[in-house]
Amino acid sequence: MFSYCTDPDTLATLSWLTCYLTTGVHFSFYYSFLKVLGILAVTAPVALAFGFGGAMAARSSILPLSWFGKGYIAIVRGVPDIAFFLFFVIALDQGFEWMRHQVLCPDWTDPIRQGNDFLVCPQAKLPLGSAPQVVHQTYAFGLAVITFALVFGAFAANVIFGAMRAVPKAQLETAEAYGMSPRQTFWRVLVPQMWVFALPGLSNLWQVLIKATPLLFLLGIEDVVYWARELGGTKTAQFTSYPHGDWRMWYFFALLVFYLFMTWGSEKILTRIMAGLTRGQATSGGEAQRKGVAA
Amino acid sequence: MSCLQTIQDYGLRAIGIGERLLPRSDFTLCEQFTLIGSGMIWNVYFGVMALCTGFFLATAIAVAKGLANPWLRKPAEWFIFLFRGSPLFIQFFFAYFLFLSLKGVYPFFSPFTAAWLGALIVLFLNTAAYSAQIFYGALQSIPKGEVEAADAYGLSGWLRFRRVVFPTMLRLAWPAYTNEAIFLFHATTLVYFSGFPAWQQRGDALYYASYFADKTFNPFVPYPILAMYFILLTLVIIAGFGLVNTHLNRHLPANARQKLRLRPNLIR
Repeated sequence: MFSYCTDPDTLATLSWLTCYLTTGVHFSFYYSFLKVLGILAVTAPVALAFGFGGAMAARSSILPLSWFGKGYIAIVRGVPDIAFFLFFVIALDQGFEWMRHQVLCPDWTDPIRQGNDFLVCPQAKLPLGSAPQVVHQTYAFGLAVITFALVFGAFAANVIFGAMRAVPKAQLETAEAYGMSPRQTFWRVLVPQMWVFALPGLSNLWQVLIKATPLLFLLGIEDVVYWARELGGTKTAQFTSYPHGDWRMWYFFALLVFYLFMTWGSEKILTRIMAGLTRGQATSGGEAQRKGVAA
Repeated sequence: MSCLQTIQDYGLRAIGIGERLLPRSDFTLCEQFTLIGSGMIWNVYFGVMALCTGFFLATAIAVAKGLANPWLRKPAEWFIFLFRGSPLFIQFFFAYFLFLSLKGVYPFFSPFTAAWLGALIVLFLNTAAYSAQIFYGALQSIPKGEVEAADAYGLSGWLRFRRVVFPTMLRLAWPAYTNEAIFLFHATTLVYFSGFPAWQQRGDALYYASYFADKTFNPFVPYPILAMYFILLTLVIIAGFGLVNTHLNRHLPANARQKLRLRPNLIR
């Protein structure tokens, strides 16, 4: 990147390092950090929406819908989440291909599962065999996002379901006494008040989501873990002008520090949001805030 | 081949006893159940060992975090922050490569690059940090009256801790600690996906489940089997910790006892 980098062998340690850290592959490594932030930015709102939907379904008075919501919440208990990740990525992929297969090739007679193979007609392949590399990568990333959102949606549903039940009953009864319909009570009284109860759980979930992002590696994404392993491995002078020993330890140390900063920073921000939401609530936190202002 | 034969061949495959070669094709349900079950040996080993050793370190760190002396408090706070603030997955990778580099210099470290010791150390430190935070919270919420009563009886120092503070701390922390235990057992599935090699294909339950899923390209059989095993394990943990919980609360009237409340288990 820099002009003095033409002959790395002659450089002093510091300038060697500046050259080494600005090679093309290192920019792929830095770009993968953006992928982490990207998946956080996409997954968090989607998971929240899934969670809200799940909680609404679990509260529903229609029995099958309530079962579905409760089942969705319950399924995340008791099973390691990494198993979900590994499961959903294949299951979703096969599910999509199967659906396309049903629509696109109705005349196909061979069974789809042949022994150890999963065969759909060529037109139903996702992405198509002829698609460019970018499409394959985007598809893999999209699958990863849906998987994350499904798993974390279930966690969020559990938190939101609990928060909805924590809203004081008297508030809802008052709303009813004022003649609000159940729908109005839900949207105008329950939902605005539930956030303060949901936030501790949701902020915990956000921290967990940050810490789950390295699992992208297991879903076949070229993420930070992938690049740290690639770049850190021993490089001989044959293949690169920057030979070095096994530096994977230092790359993972850098990742460790990156994640520590992420969790530390978001904790600071979430504390602020919590203070904002507590204002004027009938909770001990709100009461303490009110007295603090009055004094 | 009968199912009994399969169990004999593969029941202890995860620890290297029995048939050497894994089945390669025409997987029966029995083979999947047996091998994944045999992998559970490792999950139980990691979980139990890390919990038993981590408990003591966690207590020490929780007490240190509650002290006024900054020389003890700060390191405890940093330890907890380091292990709770970063992903366990990255911790595994870092530890593995750290041990690998150390092994190059000092041969003493060569067993540390194997999962049974290296991963166990990471899990031990990790669960110690998470449990220490739980115990610290419990220490903070010990009723003032109990400590004052201990003072009034002339108890102090170690005796006061052992007879009054520690039992109450454990009682208050127990429901949260149960969740931590469940959570830890789930975290053990990460071990063989994070650098630590499964020597001679001796892996844990998830290792075998993903082996079958890769070979058959059918995730709908091995992962539900794995899920079933883990739900069973979770139920066993809940029952075991529930017994301890009843024992810890035996002096309370029945309606004042704390029930174990289960929370969803998240990735760390």
